[in-house]
Amino acid sequence: MIYRECGVFKANYRADMAIFPIPLDRWGVIIILFIAFVVVPFSASDYWLSSILIPFLVFSLAALGLNFLTGYAGQLSIGHAAFMAVGAYISLILYGRYEVPLLLSLLGGGLVTAAVGAVFGIPSLRIKGFYLAVSTLAAQFIIQWVLTHWEWISGGVFGTVDTPPMQVFGWPIDTPVKKYYLVLSVVVPLTIFGKNIVRGQLGRAWMAIRDMDVAAEIIGISLFWNKLLAFTVSSFYAGVAGGLITFTYYGAANIEAFNIMVSFHLLGMIIIGGMGSVLGSFFGGGFITLLPIFINQFAHAFGTVLKTDLLACLELILFGGLIIFFLIVEPYGLARLWRTGKDKLRLWPFPY
Amino acid sequence: MIFAIEVAIGGLLVGVMYSLVALGFVLIYKSSGVFNFAQGDMTLLAALALVGFLTIFPLWLAILAALVLMIALAIAIEAIVLRPLVARPPLALFMATIGLGFFLQGIGQGIWGTDPKGLDIGISDIPFKIKGLLISQFDLAGGALAGGLVFALVWFFQKSRTGRALRAVSDDHEAALSVGIPLRRAWAISWAIAGLVALVAGIMWGSRLGVQFSLSLIALKALPILILGGIDSIPGAIIAGLVVGASENLAEVFLGPYVGGGIQTFFPYLLALVVLWFKPYGMFGREIIERV
Amino acid sequence: MNKKNGNPMLQVEDIHITFGILKALNGVSLEIHKGEILAIIGPNGAGKTSLVNVINGVYHPSRGHIFFEDKDLTTLSHHHIASLGIARTFQNVALFKGMTVLDNIMVGRNLKMGSNFFSQGIYWGFAQKEEIRHRQEVERVIDWLEIEHIRKTPAGMLPYGLQKRVELGRALAAEPKLLLLDEPMAGMNLEEKEDIARFILDANEELGTTIALIEHDMGVVMDISDRVVVLDYGDKIGEGTPEEIRNNEKVIKAYLGTARQK
Repeated sequence: MIYRECGVFKANYRADMAIFPIPLDRWGVIIILFIAFVVVPFSASDYWLSSILIPFLVFSLAALGLNFLTGYAGQLSIGHAAFMAVGAYISLILYGRYEVPLLLSLLGGGLVTAAVGAVFGIPSLRIKGFYLAVSTLAAQFIIQWVLTHWEWISGGVFGTVDTPPMQVFGWPIDTPVKKYYLVLSVVVPLTIFGKNIVRGQLGRAWMAIRDMDVAAEIIGISLFWNKLLAFTVSSFYAGVAGGLITFTYYGAANIEAFNIMVSFHLLGMIIIGGMGSVLGSFFGGGFITLLPIFINQFAHAFGTVLKTDLLACLELILFGGLIIFFLIVEPYGLARLWRTGKDKLRLWPFPY
Repeated sequence: MIFAIEVAIGGLLVGVMYSLVALGFVLIYKSSGVFNFAQGDMTLLAALALVGFLTIFPLWLAILAALVLMIALAIAIEAIVLRPLVARPPLALFMATIGLGFFLQGIGQGIWGTDPKGLDIGISDIPFKIKGLLISQFDLAGGALAGGLVFALVWFFQKSRTGRALRAVSDDHEAALSVGIPLRRAWAISWAIAGLVALVAGIMWGSRLGVQFSLSLIALKALPILILGGIDSIPGAIIAGLVVGASENLAEVFLGPYVGGGIQTFFPYLLALVVLWFKPYGMFGREIIERV
Repeated sequence: MNKKNGNPMLQVEDIHITFGILKALNGVSLEIHKGEILAIIGPNGAGKTSLVNVINGVYHPSRGHIFFEDKDLTTLSHHHIASLGIARTFQNVALFKGMTVLDNIMVGRNLKMGSNFFSQGIYWGFAQKEEIRHRQEVERVIDWLEIEHIRKTPAGMLPYGLQKRVELGRALAAEPKLLLLDEPMAGMNLEEKEDIARFILDANEELGTTIALIEHDMGVVMDISDRVVVLDYGDKIGEGTPEEIRNNEKVIKAYLGTARQK
């Protein structure tokens, strides 16, 4: 079957404005969801589920959040992991200490993070460009400090809170498959919600601010509300992702799991995956999650077992090198490569 | 009171060394419009290389070798990273330097190892007394060296022919080209200077804290200084460095105990945020006027 | 065809703007009447763009007042002014380059859209109906400006002439009462100019949009405008019908630049 846009006649705007206007895309998405919900849980090993797929999905969600802010609204944040940390601690406290149901705890973690994110978004109303980028680092350091020093949250300077056993609607979430379903059932709706946001009125306002904020304001877009909303929505996603990863992957909230390196990883995900692309967030999330595993496998293939610190160095080199490579060669990341590939397939042999 | 003065002086001397790192950023920004996030990783790389060279060369030759390496690196960065990104938005270049930072970190640690190393350049860290004030000898020497370099750089940038050319490039790339200043050479020179700054900072901070990964985080100290002073202001970098050095020390000692300590990590950022709210381009930065 | 009835739509009263020691506008007053096409002309540096900027709030005057439909605009922020029904285009095209033509024009209708954040995220229902309704309006503009073939092209990839056209579309999509056009035909060839002139006349006649435009091409100005205002070095030196302006001594002098170098 050939990917074709030709011959798809949209008789009304409703069809043209559907989330996936081309039938093959629609089928593609249905197939991917089918694989994700039905095939994967029955065929993937526990290792794949808990060490690769879960972090892939959760980090993609966090990257999507950062993409709203940086890729769509054009406000660079290099302290985004701190927002994940807020979500992690708050949802854990809600669930473990106040016995709020799990899904509501995640939501609560997200909402508190959204509020924190809005506060750290306030400087963006006056500060721009590099100045703003550096001041987002303030979020990283201030939040880290507050989380570890506020005893109500972490119980002391160690800043580690263990997750209690999980339950959703009375079902215990104890196996990798169940955790995977939990992650999937949070990530999928939030992704669809996010896709709708960015292709609608708010997404257009964000992109307008990104492309030229002065002109955006002159045509009547309030920079104040839209920037704050970008910070809020973006932090909400980061917060939910932080809560999810803590419950399903780390097993304990630890401030070191959300240090500045993780912020850079998130940034790398959207640069490599694709700025201003929902799909790109997932490409980037997958790419960065798989990178260390690739390197390891690659080394294995040559019969060498790399020492862990050399492995870490190789990872740094590849990570840094790929960021530069993509910025130079393909600033819109893997998502654009994907698009270009699809365009080549349009009504072969006469692509337009 | 004596104690407060000691704390402030200690902070100021450290502040001079912050200023030096911040100056590395400012020089590159002024001459190429690039906000070089990799400055900290260049510091780490320079220190690692120096420690590596010290195992085979005497001190002076090792420093020279490290300097040559940093200059070669500057030329390579210009050719491989900057040139293809010339016409791109400044934030793209900024992100590229983030990538560059990781790349250099990986290379440096891959070659010379990740274990912490000592670096001894023969200055002891024993405090001594002047007029009843206890002052660290090391901080004093570091402060003096950094101060000297800051002075030399300012002179170079403001008074020398090459320095003037570099400033012309920063004001307007196209205009500089049209009066015959080769942009590429100007960029390579300014990155080589940043390499020199990284080396000196690497020597000082390396012999103080040991040469290890955390050395690259020195950049994170310099960033709030930079935005506090204004990213394109040389005096801004110097004054803000001193302000941050002194105030974070004072805050840690006098404010820290009430809130549980450890506020040094973020205090400069908080300070920078407050100042930026009132002066969005730092204390001395040039305001960017946007036109439509 | 002067349509002077009732209060003018926009009143600019004794506006002064200075940048440092440079006087951009030096006590300019003018009126724009409902339904007319007013051309603002003058040599380079006369203060034309400053005048437009002060009307839609990019600059705030150091002295003087601006009234739009009897509301004082002088201290309002630009997005507030936009919401009152004043749209504009820019001398150097200010399109959102990373967005498609369709999105650029849709964003022009931003002020008219009102579904809340959650219904946008859920999309089905209210937000979808609203998007479709506005899409129909936008398609009308696209159809009218004859840019159907590029609707899904990123604006930054278009040639200059088309970008200007899309920008006009974005401003029109907002259904403004007053449309300010800053050199809508700059850098265009004759054929493109004729197209734009036709769009301007159509917008004025069919949609009843009041238009103030800055333009250098005298031929176009004389053909399409109802009235002309002439600025020179921040002063208004002439006002009247195209015919009157053509014969105005001061204007001829300013344009020929006698006894003064630029």
